[in-house]
Amino acid sequence: MDYTMIFIAVCIVAGIGLVIGLILSIASILMAVPKDEKVEAITEALPGANCGACGYSGCEGYAKALAKGEAKLGACSPGGEGCVKAIAEILGVEASAVDRKVALVHCMGSCDNTDSKAQYQGIKSCAAAIAAGGSGSCGFGCVGLGDCAEVCPYGAVSICNGVARIDADLCKGCSMCVNACPRHIISFVSYKEQTVVRCSNSDKGAQARKVCKSACIGCKKCEKVCASGAVTVNNFKAVVDAEKCTGCNLCIESCPQGCITEFKV
Amino acid sequence: MIKALVAVFLAAILTENYVLSKFLGICPFLGVSKKVNTALGMSAAVTFVMVLATAVTYPIYMYLLVPASLEYLETIVFILVIAGLVQLVEIVLKKYIPSLYNSLGIYLPLITTNCAVLGVTMLVIEKSSPQFGYLHALVNALGAGIGFLVAMVMFAGVRQRLETCDIPKSLKGLPITLVAASLVSLSFLGFSGLVDNMLG
Repeated sequence: MDYTMIFIAVCIVAGIGLVIGLILSIASILMAVPKDEKVEAITEALPGANCGACGYSGCEGYAKALAKGEAKLGACSPGGEGCVKAIAEILGVEASAVDRKVALVHCMGSCDNTDSKAQYQGIKSCAAAIAAGGSGSCGFGCVGLGDCAEVCPYGAVSICNGVARIDADLCKGCSMCVNACPRHIISFVSYKEQTVVRCSNSDKGAQARKVCKSACIGCKKCEKVCASGAVTVNNFKAVVDAEKCTGCNLCIESCPQGCITEFKV
Repeated sequence: MIKALVAVFLAAILTENYVLSKFLGICPFLGVSKKVNTALGMSAAVTFVMVLATAVTYPIYMYLLVPASLEYLETIVFILVIAGLVQLVEIVLKKYIPSLYNSLGIYLPLITTNCAVLGVTMLVIEKSSPQFGYLHALVNALGAGIGFLVAMVMFAGVRQRLETCDIPKSLKGLPITLVAASLVSLSFLGFSGLVDNMLG
């Protein structure tokens, strides 16, 4: 057996390995990218969902802005209070209280309350159904095919009797469903006891009443009965200002359609 | 000379397409072809690494392995060199073009184990002859990369169309993707002989 052949083979492979290793280690020293430890620690503390609810490009973008002092604490709604405290500790500032926002579907057009004007048998997607003309008789309400449930990373959205429902306890406020809804009937509300209007129909009363049993008809009874001026009716649709609302529930009792409800947490 | 180079380039893209005719690099072909954008990024990175890898492995083989009659070490040495190169490219990109580095993301380290890159460097050695030198090898690698890009982008388009199709439940997902891939591959068979007749 020719041992020199084996020796040469080992030497050549080891030599190539050594040369590559040397080049790589020299390169990694020469071209080391200085890393900001603060940014890394903050990225670590953030949930890492890259949802973009804070308005920056992903968690790392937000972390960079925070480290530079450009961004406000508490913009990360999925992270919640724990995340704010952790980041405040890293940055060495006082943690402010966070107003937790959760998404709410402003529609009560379940199968019992509203009819369908046509049968839709296409792709199971709200956007596609609307492109085909929409199957529900209400042109503002929830289509119920679950575009929002599809995108929710936390499994908080379910389709219940033809209407999307969002579990406020599971919702992290990442705004994925808000952006996914082609009817734009999902919006954020504060996570606290309050009164909400669960209808998005801005048609005139008679037309709205025709398409859904629980449609807001813009009768202004709620507006008149509210002592604190929290309820306003615009465009035949009631809106409750959560800041002014005292939770007296007078508007809920006065509503003939039952589309104003309590939001319980 | 130029005519021969063009023939090598076109052959690498069309008749000898590394994905659709030689069935190398099927993993990224199926994995990263969901969107045209990511497909473009991945193929750009692959093309770059293919050319660079050939540029380095060809002389190593010709001037190091052949004189020592160690041709049988080709595979392991090439893998070593490609892995090292990808690491180097990653370090350089991170320093000088961080935006490209971020957009390539996981694809760059994935290329280390992409058999299309290894395939290009090894098959070009088989081809080498007095008429097929270093320049031809580089042009062949560039063509292979462009061929990879063409296959990826075409297939990404096919897959985007598939998204909105009404597919039988049992074929949903990977099965229909494989069927589509075979059809695309079949269509590329139509090119065989074309380049040789055109420029040969």
